[in-house]
Amino acid sequence: MGTNDQKRSLPHGLRLVALAGAAALTLTAGLATPLAPAPQQARAADDGKKVLTVAVAQSVDSLSPFLAVRLLSTSIHRLMYEYLTNYDPKDNHAIAGLATKWEPSPDKLTWTYTIRSNSKWSDGQHATAEDAAWTFNKMMTDTGAATANGSYVGNFRKVTAPSPTELVIELKKPQATMAALDVPIVPKHVWEKVSDFSEFNNDKSFPVVGNGPFVLSGYKADSYVRLKANKSFWRGSPKFDELVFRYYKDQDAAVSALRKGEVSFVAGSPSLTPAQAESLKGADDIQVNDAPGRRFYALATNPGAKAKNGEKFGDGHPSLLDQRVRNALFRAVDREAIIDKVFRGHAVEGEGYIPPRFQDYFWKPSADRKLAYDPAEAARLLDQAGYKKNGDGKRVGKDGKPITYRVLCHATDPNDKAVGKYLQEWWGELGIGVQLNCLDNVTDPWLAGKYDLAFDGWSVNPDPDFVLSIHTCGALPATPKDTGATDNFICDKKYDELYARQLTEYDPAKRADIVKRMESRLYDLGYMNVMAYPNAVEAFRTDQIKSITTMPAKAGNIYGQDGYWSWWSAVPADSDGSSDTASSTGVVVGIVAGVAILGGLGAFAAMRRRATAEERE
Amino acid sequence: MTADATPALVEDKQRTAAGPRVRKSSAYPRYLAGKVAGAAVSLLAVLVTSFFLFRLIPGDPVKTMTGGRQVSAEQLAAYREEFGLDLPLWRQFTDYCGKALTGDFGTSYQFRAPVIDKITEALPNTLLLTGTAFVLYTALGIFLGTRSAWRHGRLGDRLNTGLALTLYSIPSFWLGLLLIIVLSVGIGPLPGMFPTGGMESGGEEGFAYVLDVAHHLVLPVVTLVAVEYGQTLLVTRSALLDEMGSDYLTTARAKGLRDDLVRRRHAVPNALLPTVTLIFINLGRTVAGVILVETVFSWPGLGGLFYQALSVPDLPLVQGLFFVFAAAVILMNTLADLVYPLLDPRVAR
Repeated sequence: MGTNDQKRSLPHGLRLVALAGAAALTLTAGLATPLAPAPQQARAADDGKKVLTVAVAQSVDSLSPFLAVRLLSTSIHRLMYEYLTNYDPKDNHAIAGLATKWEPSPDKLTWTYTIRSNSKWSDGQHATAEDAAWTFNKMMTDTGAATANGSYVGNFRKVTAPSPTELVIELKKPQATMAALDVPIVPKHVWEKVSDFSEFNNDKSFPVVGNGPFVLSGYKADSYVRLKANKSFWRGSPKFDELVFRYYKDQDAAVSALRKGEVSFVAGSPSLTPAQAESLKGADDIQVNDAPGRRFYALATNPGAKAKNGEKFGDGHPSLLDQRVRNALFRAVDREAIIDKVFRGHAVEGEGYIPPRFQDYFWKPSADRKLAYDPAEAARLLDQAGYKKNGDGKRVGKDGKPITYRVLCHATDPNDKAVGKYLQEWWGELGIGVQLNCLDNVTDPWLAGKYDLAFDGWSVNPDPDFVLSIHTCGALPATPKDTGATDNFICDKKYDELYARQLTEYDPAKRADIVKRMESRLYDLGYMNVMAYPNAVEAFRTDQIKSITTMPAKAGNIYGQDGYWSWWSAVPADSDGSSDTASSTGVVVGIVAGVAILGGLGAFAAMRRRATAEERE
Repeated sequence: MTADATPALVEDKQRTAAGPRVRKSSAYPRYLAGKVAGAAVSLLAVLVTSFFLFRLIPGDPVKTMTGGRQVSAEQLAAYREEFGLDLPLWRQFTDYCGKALTGDFGTSYQFRAPVIDKITEALPNTLLLTGTAFVLYTALGIFLGTRSAWRHGRLGDRLNTGLALTLYSIPSFWLGLLLIIVLSVGIGPLPGMFPTGGMESGGEEGFAYVLDVAHHLVLPVVTLVAVEYGQTLLVTRSALLDEMGSDYLTTARAKGLRDDLVRRRHAVPNALLPTVTLIFINLGRTVAGVILVETVFSWPGLGGLFYQALSVPDLPLVQGLFFVFAAAVILMNTLADLVYPLLDPRVAR
């Protein structure tokens, strides 16, 4: 266009691009620094330190053990502070932590803990019973300090430390969960200086004084959490020198980081997807750990929401109050198909309420009581209950209208949606309609009791008290306006009696027996139908981690254990130096790329000049 | 707000070789006062809106935060009291307004830290990412846009606009993941050259830290530039095309000026107004972050923070962030309004 005349200086626009190129080069220059290439980070730093890097997706909510509730933060606290007790990695039973022994009084109201004398804070002072007593008393007297773990001390009357090795807890009522107090014990001499527990996040000055296997040495929000091995940890020093939790918001990016060797371990959130697991299975030096999970995945039925004051609310379908209907619905759910098609084999078929991983408390129905998949029997039960098909093949409710159940599903969970589609098919064949309500936030309709069925799931602790408590009448909201701890508005006298008995039963075997009877009762009631126990699918690099303890030891998981076993026990693989080769290749390629960009820019400028010169002539 | 600048886009044929000169007309102070007052009113409106808007999100913050763990009814009540959620709505509103006017947006529910601290912690990270990308894609867009227009219809122009449009329509997260797979993990003989995510490796200090951050910055910036430069390119190109047939350019050429000078000194300045509008709109957006790119590259910025705040909903944090985002856009639009009269004095008249 137009007539071109002379052109002498580097054109204005080209200068702009040259500037941009220079900026880009400055960025790429990072390549040439020996500090930057990532594989070294995951394995050994320049000084030969063994670093274990874990990819995590969750943000830290707080690093104060009095405030933190998220899995990542509480797992980090397990590493930083000793709790009174721990759980055996083999079978989850309570074992010694800061306490070596714990005994109840004959009246069951006083527990005496013997505190070990060989646990030291990282600043050199001894950890004593006084620290434990101070921690519990703080939680009992300061609402700010009760934020995260207040429920543990709700039944405490008094906590004292008569001697440095003796801790005495007096209770208001007997409580069987006293060997499962998952409360980090903090050093009194450090924490008594904190003025406002509700806003102190423990994330400003490092290292943070602790007595766990690792010492918190650095933190940057949504970037990393860095911990150093505590060489004087009473159970023995960890084998890795440093443990870093690196933040990857996107799970596919985290999997890429594992492939590359930038991280040693990735757990996914909460688990790797079947597709990710498949893609990693053939990869070199990567092991996929497909472990039994601690969650159950269930279909909860609305039993007619009500409050403690007896007031009823919500609009659950009245037909669901008939146990035959509930049983019929569950009999029309093909659990095997769910495991195969939805979980692609990464789950175990659901039976009792507590997953088999917790073998002491695991219960399953006998063959004759099991509500096995049997659509014909389901149809028979519905006929028997009086819900017959009309001319269109639809089952009709007592009000004369065809039955359509509203099923609450989490829009963020692809499993809910997939299972929902199957329910539409299976129950549709029975003559029952299914309306899937997939929401980002299911809390509102759930709390208001405005649903018929809902996808439900909980992560179970070694001590099952909490997951059992959410089905007691005591957990119902005080009035329809309040929020209770209840999961699904279940309120059953027989179940409640058993719940009260297990809480005062101090003999583990007898208690386990009562818990199993509760599960049996829950199964018969048919309000909580466990479809599956999803596996915890995770992966790690075998060229960085030689061995690591899973929990339970035989076929267990690694991330989010009850205890510090995995990271404490992890043994670094012998460095074969391949990462150095890889990183130096990276540097070379980076330099080459930089030169290429520069060269390209130069050539471009030269060509422009020549082109204009030609046009001039 | 920027619509009143359009008269200036009408071909400016009277303008001569001297190009635009900054002239202070007497109307400018009044114009300025009007714009600033308008911005202040908008800010107040944002302040009020942000309070009510986010209370429409379904979900109970206390229930979301305590979900999945053992809490007593007393604890739930204590939470509500601490967060002020037990107060009537009008009291919550007056408390909020009173504090917000002094720059205090309260304490984040989930992070237990002052909202302003959370924002100031993530803001520099976001600005580093979006700012770097902004400079690069604006420069690239203007450069390629003017070239394309000057030689429009030729192969170079067609390739240029075609590529820009293709990249512009690619989802940023997809491009990001692709770059991670190719340039970060490495494919075949191509080794991984860049980190897969994050802003730093951690533990670096001084100049090594700067290089480390720069190294982490490359892929997210490349993604953003690739996706964004097309917009600037197309706006610049079409504005310049409008100017191309103008008589004053012929005059300039008739005077014997080099083609490059004609373009640079005469055509481009007159065609730049729509691009300036776009630049300021983009500048306003830089603060809001780029949630998808931040997520794919695990960049610890405001976009990710906003997403986390929304999912609770962490009311003080969403309110604070929403206000900052809106304020940035209002500020930039006002700045654009103030700059137009300097570029084209007729705007202020």
